[in-house]
Amino acid sequence: MSRKTLIPIGPYHPLQEEPELFKLYCDGEIVKDIQWVTGYNHRSIEKLSESKTYDQVFFLVERICGICSTSHPFAFANAVEEIAGIEVTDRAKYIRSIIGELERIHSHLLWVGLAGHFLGYNTVFMWAWKYREPVLDLFEMITGNRNSYAMFKVGGVRRDIENSKITSIRKILSDVRKKADLLTGAVMDDPVIHARTKGVGVLTKQDVIDYGAVGPTARASGLPIDVRKDDPYAAYPLVNWKVITAEAGDVFAKAQVRLLEMYESMSIIEQCLKGLEKEKEGDMNIKVNEIPEGIGHGRAEAPRGEVFHFVVSDGSNSPARHKIRAPSYVNIATFKKSCIGQTIADATITLAGVDPCYCCTERMAIAYDFSTGEKIMNAKEMIDHSARQTAGLRKTSTECYE
Amino acid sequence: MVTEFNIENLKKDFKSEILEVTEKNPRRIIVTIKPASILKVAGFLYKEAGFRFIIASAIHTKRGFEIHYHFSKDQSGLILNLHVILDRENPQVESLSNMFNATNWIEREMHELFGINFLNHPNQDKLISEGNWAEGVYPYRKDFKSTTKEKE
Repeated sequence: MSRKTLIPIGPYHPLQEEPELFKLYCDGEIVKDIQWVTGYNHRSIEKLSESKTYDQVFFLVERICGICSTSHPFAFANAVEEIAGIEVTDRAKYIRSIIGELERIHSHLLWVGLAGHFLGYNTVFMWAWKYREPVLDLFEMITGNRNSYAMFKVGGVRRDIENSKITSIRKILSDVRKKADLLTGAVMDDPVIHARTKGVGVLTKQDVIDYGAVGPTARASGLPIDVRKDDPYAAYPLVNWKVITAEAGDVFAKAQVRLLEMYESMSIIEQCLKGLEKEKEGDMNIKVNEIPEGIGHGRAEAPRGEVFHFVVSDGSNSPARHKIRAPSYVNIATFKKSCIGQTIADATITLAGVDPCYCCTERMAIAYDFSTGEKIMNAKEMIDHSARQTAGLRKTSTECYE
Repeated sequence: MVTEFNIENLKKDFKSEILEVTEKNPRRIIVTIKPASILKVAGFLYKEAGFRFIIASAIHTKRGFEIHYHFSKDQSGLILNLHVILDRENPQVESLSNMFNATNWIEREMHELFGINFLNHPNQDKLISEGNWAEGVYPYRKDFKSTTKEKE
């Protein structure tokens, strides 16, 4: 007979940037089973999307995730352009790829910082977030926003990158490259990070195939899945770059893949900037008359993996059905494999290893009356409900079972 | 490991299961099959043809409930949709979760939002509303009415 203790992480926990409840069932220090509760962050985006016009949906899907806010409009644009049979201009392709890759750099830097934070190594956290700032400044210069760039539309992009800005973009990028060198050197050679991440949270190739994991999580286990290569879109077929993979499948391999991917992103951006100089300024949109009836599949490689949008059009000005699959949705499910058998201290970094984005995972919920399902709760019911939930959580957090 | 996939072979091998094949372009293929043979065809795609399961999308249409199971053949960029049309009154189909884990969550989600029943699913609990949703209310159905005005 073994007695297991329940250790909850979440729903609101200082380690996590977003709400999600993980229940670790532990025997001593070893995690024996893991369960999770989602549903703290629902916004019903798929249903909302059906009530918006195609132009409005871009702003909606941009708000699915704050960190990879370009990948969703990217995939949605791909899907709608597949329905309408549109091929955007080369200048728009380059601009789209530049935004996508800048986002990858800042997201990976953010993850490296958070991973350091999870390990209790706050120097890495401060460094990485400091070096991420120039990338956000670059975003502000190009798009006017540090986040939620609002650059995408059907048939092109909303704003041009003027050729006069290219020199200063190059300058900031070279600064970022220097800092990334510094950070990569520090992280890859640090004995503490080696000791904490090597052999931790291993996912084998078969696990990845079984759970359908994508992105750096899959690539760190030796599966070269990358939509940019497999199903080329935007400017990715026009430039030279390679897919980074690692074999070990542990957290260190995931960090390695992410850090090296930043260099590929910088190389892609530099090639895109060269391409941009050749194209005519302002030639970034084509006219779209109407979206015909049909279905479209849009894929884009977000920093965390493949984003998939499935759009059904009935010929009207808004989607008839819009299905969104964010990468964390499949990656989080792999915890069942990677966490079990680890110690609690390692479980936290394993959870962080896939770079989970809970906002992406949860897209739908509406507050309804319990019994009838008819109306949205009023304030009093909401407070009562909250009190009930809290009481329930208190109960589970002290619960032990044989 | 990477085997070439040819849609013509699929058409030949599963002649009795396939109802219709729509090829939008070489990288987007929609194969409509009988709901009863979903395990057989999906099993072939996953185990033998080397496809990766992306996600499934349920749609509520005039024909009933439709599910598109999106499969991706990586390296070639092919997305193959297995498309089934389910009965309007009693939508149910065999679960794929016993074959691979990737479908586990999405089947729970479709059960919760559309009321489609997945037979032999290991755990068809609610996924995203943590059990506080009214029973028998499926918000993603087209006939669902969301009323925001409170009744006095």
